[in-house]
Amino acid sequence: MPLRIIARLDIKAPNLVKGIRLEGLRVLGKPADFAERYFEQGVDELYYQDIVASLYERNSILDLVSAAADQIFVPLTVGGGVRTVDDIRMLLRAGADKVCINTAAIRRPELIGEAARIFGTQCVVVAVEAIRQPGGNWKAFTDNGREHTSLDACEWALRAVELGAGELLLTSVDREGTRKGFDLEFIAALAGKVGVPVVAHGGAGSVEDIIKVARLGVDGVALASMLHYGNATIPEIKQALAAAGIEVRV
Amino acid sequence: MKPRVTIIDYGAGNLHSVTKAFAKLDADVELADTPERIDGARCLILPGVGAFGEGMEGLRKRNLVEPLRRYAASSRPLIGICLGAQLLMEESDEFGRHEGLGIVPGRVALLPHAGVKIPHVGWCRIYPASEQAWQGSLLEETPVQTWTYFVHSFQCVPSDPQYSCALANYGEHAITAAVRREAVIGLQFHPEKSGTSGLAMLRALLRSTSFS
Repeated sequence: MPLRIIARLDIKAPNLVKGIRLEGLRVLGKPADFAERYFEQGVDELYYQDIVASLYERNSILDLVSAAADQIFVPLTVGGGVRTVDDIRMLLRAGADKVCINTAAIRRPELIGEAARIFGTQCVVVAVEAIRQPGGNWKAFTDNGREHTSLDACEWALRAVELGAGELLLTSVDREGTRKGFDLEFIAALAGKVGVPVVAHGGAGSVEDIIKVARLGVDGVALASMLHYGNATIPEIKQALAAAGIEVRV
Repeated sequence: MKPRVTIIDYGAGNLHSVTKAFAKLDADVELADTPERIDGARCLILPGVGAFGEGMEGLRKRNLVEPLRRYAASSRPLIGICLGAQLLMEESDEFGRHEGLGIVPGRVALLPHAGVKIPHVGWCRIYPASEQAWQGSLLEETPVQTWTYFVHSFQCVPSDPQYSCALANYGEHAITAAVRREAVIGLQFHPEKSGTSGLAMLRALLRSTSFS
């Protein structure tokens, strides 16, 4: 399978925003403008993360997802504030193909299995937000990297797969938005070791960073700053990956 | 005049993307859940996700099985997508044996699973099942080895190679990407999720119907 190039759009409705380590958010513009440009450039998938995800904001993200699904004809994944099976149903109805869960799955792991049974494992992505610890391991965080848990990020990721996650999105919170490269040790601890696709996120700053993480056997990479700030276009990234012998969809 | 496309609404999953893809291509989209609408269609789309048995039950409950067979015999274009492609076959053994529409000879079977993950989710390149397989079909202008997006656990197995239209390689296995019988084509992948090349296929379909 080709390496999936996923454009990640962090949404604080109605805007596309970008932070560093998921904080210090800067407004970049209208999500639809970015999403349509990435679609035209040949992105393989779009990932919308509602970073506010309060109940009050719920309808805004549904409207944004629905508007994206009118114009974007590649798979669409949505995360942020997904707490119940009904939340998932609403997002799928609005046009999402997959739904991503983190906080709610840590609080109530059974949600993963319930969602997988009703909608199929292919719909259920579990996000693992990890921060490297002084001891050389990684802890899982919730609420967009703000709240810590006692869970070891790798153990939690393996358990999520057992519970029915159809895909893992691995976010290195301490790399996110820094453009200093992926946390390769964290990704290597899970890529190729689980029976479901693994997407690496957090830290991509250059094509070389993507090549390094691709060689660990990930199925996809989620890019934000690199694309939003115009460091590289998707065709440029894909050409460079192909030249490095990494299969991409062109 | 805008080309008109009729999408069958039979309770099997999300019509959002298919409807929006045709709307984006400036087609006049109509949803149909009655025999009369099928009889009057010029270009019919049978979408669908989910289980085969429930899909057939959805068609049966709305009395759409005979109208669909009648429509297919009339040489007007009919496009099945994903579960819609599988329903065109004679039978399936997904969760027990189920009778299908029987428009394309053959059956539906579980994907081969040695060395690959089931469900098969992701991008895969498609190619013609035989030299002439794409001629006169909506894939005619599609470049060989075009990437398309799949989400499925079962596949169509035509009873005769003449009904096999497109294949894709999944691991070591050649799997069915499309079946075809005259103006009827069943696409296992989702053209409405396959980026600009998927939209190009749907555009080719609209062009062919507006000339007919």
